[in-house]
Amino acid sequence: MSVLTSNILVPHGREEAWRFTPLNRLKGLHDGSAAIATHRSLSLKSASVPGVTFERVSRELLPSLSTTDDAIMNRVREFSSDVAVLKIASNSELSEPILLNRESFDLTSAEYSRVLIHIGSNARATVVASNTGNTLLAEEIEFKVESGASLTFVTLQEWDSQTVHVAKHHAIVDKDANFKSITVTIGGSVVRLLPTVEFTGPGADAQLLGVYFATTGQFFEHRIFVDHCVPQAKSRVNYKGALSGEKAHTVWIGDVFIRANAEGTDTYELNRNLLLTDGARADSVPNLEIETGEIVGAGHASTTGRFDDEQLFYLMSRGISIEDARRLVVRGFFNEIISEISDSEVQVRLMERIDSELVKAGA
Amino acid sequence: MSTLEIRNLQVSVDTENGAVEILKGVDLTIKSGETHAIMGPNGSGKSTLAYSIAGHPKYTITGGSVTLDGADVLEMSVDERAKAGLFLAMQYPVEVPGVSVSNFLRTAATALRGEAPKLRTWVTEVKEAMDALSIDPSFAQRNVNEGFSGGEKKRHEIMQLELLKPKIAILDETDSGLDVDALRIVSEGVNRAKDANNLGVLLITHYTRILRYIKPDFVHVFANGKVVEEGGPELADKLEAEGYAEYVGS
Repeated sequence: MSVLTSNILVPHGREEAWRFTPLNRLKGLHDGSAAIATHRSLSLKSASVPGVTFERVSRELLPSLSTTDDAIMNRVREFSSDVAVLKIASNSELSEPILLNRESFDLTSAEYSRVLIHIGSNARATVVASNTGNTLLAEEIEFKVESGASLTFVTLQEWDSQTVHVAKHHAIVDKDANFKSITVTIGGSVVRLLPTVEFTGPGADAQLLGVYFATTGQFFEHRIFVDHCVPQAKSRVNYKGALSGEKAHTVWIGDVFIRANAEGTDTYELNRNLLLTDGARADSVPNLEIETGEIVGAGHASTTGRFDDEQLFYLMSRGISIEDARRLVVRGFFNEIISEISDSEVQVRLMERIDSELVKAGA
Repeated sequence: MSTLEIRNLQVSVDTENGAVEILKGVDLTIKSGETHAIMGPNGSGKSTLAYSIAGHPKYTITGGSVTLDGADVLEMSVDERAKAGLFLAMQYPVEVPGVSVSNFLRTAATALRGEAPKLRTWVTEVKEAMDALSIDPSFAQRNVNEGFSGGEKKRHEIMQLELLKPKIAILDETDSGLDVDALRIVSEGVNRAKDANNLGVLLITHYTRILRYIKPDFVHVFANGKVVEEGGPELADKLEAEGYAEYVGS
């Protein structure tokens, strides 16, 4: 183990992948100095249904499916003794979402957690992962989406204020399969998520959606990478963020790579940020690297703006107060993504959390 | 019985070249049940008058007064003006992404009435208002003004007029961009609101066409930031025949 450890380079903050991340707030996740927790905070919350299994498998039996050069993800692979595996059998059609719960209140040691979500060919399912508590978490979730399968993954970062959460959510999407993720980050001190996609068969489709709302002092980073390494795959990325308060800081990086053999690629990525007060900072960097011209389409857009005075005026001219008008506009801004979550209870809960963040920020 | 009194209103707008005076002393009095048409050429300040009364932040009041039943409108915030009983039907209603018409209407009605309308009667109320303006029921689930055609936007404005029941309504070029059928439907909505609530109307228009459907009691000709002539409905006929040339000094 010590040999492995020596091979993990500690990021210093000058590296492209780390240049926005406040390393001094990672509580030792990045340099391995954090004590390693023994608890496992992830559990299956929904009732067991046929075709779905959730178990822990020794890591020796389950090597990682993808490669990574991320220091913290390499620590996850080294320090986690087992892998939580959620398996959905081929041809399963699940009408109800599978609920995963992660709740932890331990800020003295760091949990290193490896997860595999494997959906068999032609199966359809939605998995909702709910994250609450105050904790230090380094997490790697790999998704294996077999041919013709359709998986929707909703991940809710509803952490309390001291949580440090660093994660990679890597989807491997095979021929004619669909992967859709909805990433919601509204709680925590530092949250750094790497939603990444690797296509392994033509006709694969990925849709990465996200919302984040950072208030005073919060740092939320979403670093997306879509690797178009096969022909005829399609990807859509749409992240929307709101920021308010001093030193609220969000980072959105959208990297899309269209390799030479990825003819017929169709990709579009979008990031929009709403700055609700002064003193907040939104970094937004879309990157598109294209090695073939034989594609259907490739584009990106990024905007960062303030409240639209005309919208507020219109609403207020109908008697709606400034606070309610702002609340409506912010809810409306996020609604495009939140409404994609099929569970209406979750929708209501998130909108209420967004309302309370808005009140807290005094925006 | 309500009275909107505009006295010597002077308004400027900030531009790259400094403040530019647009309204140069406007006097108007509108009472419940009365319909006043303000007619004038483009650029004469008609829309500035409408937005200034509603409280748009872009306009700076440099002099004069606006009162509603004696209360100082210029001291009120935009929402307070609506609560006092003023309504502006906009020429270019604003899109509000992600906010459904139904949510918007209910939030506005709740704000204006001081309590949330009872769900069952509210649903009926909205349905009747939509039917009366030939608005498709699916409209309620669409986002406010997003992707609406010009005609749909205007019908949506007048539906709000009927639902929110103001005392005095300012209609800013509600007729622009409407075909004959839509103009008739929208005008009927305004007339219903007048009959139902004894509404006072300030109708801003460029053309006399809408006055065939909404009969004005008074016509005011607006040029260069003030009222330059006043009369009865016959003044509109004169404008129809002769245009604005006499008033713009050309």
